Amino acid sequence: MASESMNEIERFQDGNARFLSHNKTTFQIDRREELHNKFFSFLGRSFLLGVTTISSLAVLFIFFFILRDSILFFQQRDIREFFFSTQWFPSRDPSEFGAGAIFWGSFLVTAGACAFAIPIGIMTAVCLSDILPFSARQILKPLIEILAAIPSVAYGFFALVVIAPLLQERGGQVLSYLIWLLGAPLAIFFLIIGEMSADKLFPKAKTAANFIITGALILLEFLVLYTLSRHIFLFKISSGTNALNASFILGIMILPTIVSVSEDALQSIGRELREGSYALGATRAETLLLVVIPAASPGILSAVILGIMRAVGETMVVWMASGNSAKIPDPCFNFFEPIRTLTATIAGDMGEADHVSGSMRYHVLFAMAACMLIISFSLNIASEWIMKRTRKKVTGE
Amino acid sequence: MKHFPVQVLMVLMCCFPVFGGEATAVDSKITIDGSTTVGPIAKAFAEYFMNRNPQLKITVAESGSGNGAKSLVNATCDIADMSRFMKNEEIKAAVDKGIIPVSHVVAMDGIAMIVHPANPVKNLSLDEITGIYLGKITTWKELGGPDEKIVVISRDTNSGTYEAFEELALKKQKMTNSVEYVGSNGAVRQRIQSTVGAIGYVGLGFIDNTVKAISVAGIEPTRETIVSGKYPIARPLFMFTNGYPKLGSDVYQFVTFNFTLKGQEIIDGLGYVAVTQYQK
Repeated sequence: MASESMNEIERFQDGNARFLSHNKTTFQIDRREELHNKFFSFLGRSFLLGVTTISSLAVLFIFFFILRDSILFFQQRDIREFFFSTQWFPSRDPSEFGAGAIFWGSFLVTAGACAFAIPIGIMTAVCLSDILPFSARQILKPLIEILAAIPSVAYGFFALVVIAPLLQERGGQVLSYLIWLLGAPLAIFFLIIGEMSADKLFPKAKTAANFIITGALILLEFLVLYTLSRHIFLFKISSGTNALNASFILGIMILPTIVSVSEDALQSIGRELREGSYALGATRAETLLLVVIPAASPGILSAVILGIMRAVGETMVVWMASGNSAKIPDPCFNFFEPIRTLTATIAGDMGEADHVSGSMRYHVLFAMAACMLIISFSLNIASEWIMKRTRKKVTGE
Repeated sequence: MKHFPVQVLMVLMCCFPVFGGEATAVDSKITIDGSTTVGPIAKAFAEYFMNRNPQLKITVAESGSGNGAKSLVNATCDIADMSRFMKNEEIKAAVDKGIIPVSHVVAMDGIAMIVHPANPVKNLSLDEITGIYLGKITTWKELGGPDEKIVVISRDTNSGTYEAFEELALKKQKMTNSVEYVGSNGAVRQRIQSTVGAIGYVGLGFIDNTVKAISVAGIEPTRETIVSGKYPIARPLFMFTNGYPKLGSDVYQFVTFNFTLKGQEIIDGLGYVAVTQYQK
């Protein structure tokens, strides 16, 4: 058996020989060999089918077990307490399972991460696909994708050891400098606004009106940024492991997903559309903003949703960087206070949750897992639906 | 190429040896169940014992002190790890079943309060500590320190240290929900050494010169004050057996291992306080 298969391997190594031998097996019918081939190809196919079935069954099993264990919680406990109370004391007797603050925490860090990563991610993708020369893109894109390869515990450690002390010691200072980063994109935005409004409002004295309006807007921007940064400079952050830290690190983590997927989407719409736009006399900015980005919007949207799903599900980073206080910050969007997320709670409380005796503490974690499953599932479905709709709109079918 | 991978697969499948289970003879076996706090000690002891004597098989389960007591009463374990003494009902249930629970103190669990080295506060009363963790005291100014917000750090609710702290310092009252939770003693220390306004608690073994341990009610957390019972946030850790084990038996050696130098080293290494004080 072994020597025979070795012979066959040798025979099959050369492409031409393979082709010939293939023909031979087809035309010179040797019944035994044919049966032999049929048997093995059947075996191979059923093996692959089995593997595929296993992976799709795994999804169903996950759904089944999570829902089964969470239903017990919802049956025995007040659902309103779970969603709206902020009293999370799972280890006390009697225990309290108010996860309202935890849901809010998850939402807050995800929103923070998106606010940071989505604009930067999309701008980076546009820059990579349409502005930088091809050779620069070939270097930069893999570099950004390396971000996705860093294990999340390393990010968490960085957040804990570098960012948290930095925020505590000179948080106000750092933030007041960072706020100036908003300056350039805002200024560009105001330039566009100035030109457009000058066009519309004062068509007779375009240049002068443009100059005045844009100048005023940028001066205003400068003043606002200056006062803001003066205020923030004196700001003191008492705890560096807070929603801001977690959001920032999460934002960096989801950046490669957003950049890579939306860059692919921008590439895939092809040269014809861009050339058509230029041929009609559009500038590069007009082509980008009014043609390329809208055409790639389904892909960009799916990039964003993939990023959101990763941010919602990320565990280790938030467990290390967010402080894990199960309370709603005061005021509720205060990013400088510690928060606790669903994933961190599941990871942190797992050890004590006694599955042998099937305590409520065990089932409440499954209830949280079920909620997360439902969130990501509905996000997935929503993205499919929106993508289909926008694709129809864009292609005009 | 058509059927080449399949044949390789077949060959691979044939290569898998058939595993035959031939149970190695186990001369003796110790089953241990109970507290998650004592569990690490039992596990470290077990590892040491099994390395020395491969014939001995020790299983350590951590299902909580209450379940440990239950297992001992039902005679499903030889040693019950407990971070508290047996309750009256548990002892009664045991005696009714003809089991006489005998306690062995294997170590002390002493919890030190630590702050940033730059913090001028040196001493806190137990009431002040309770006040901080219940959210009634929120700035160091109220305690004679700088005008700085207190960042309250706690172990996660999973840990035995949390449980002990809640019981000994807070008398089972509800911690405020603005407490920050971290996953290990080392992480508590890390957060304290980088946060000026922070306070946290760790096992005695985790104090080093990057953080400052403060006195509680005027008593410094040291081996002496903990073993002598002066330091208030400390408790003994027990192993319970059915009757006093036969001298020289494996169980006897196990529950008295803490009196040896090696036992002391293991206990200290885990951050607990050994009852013996050998000089190395």
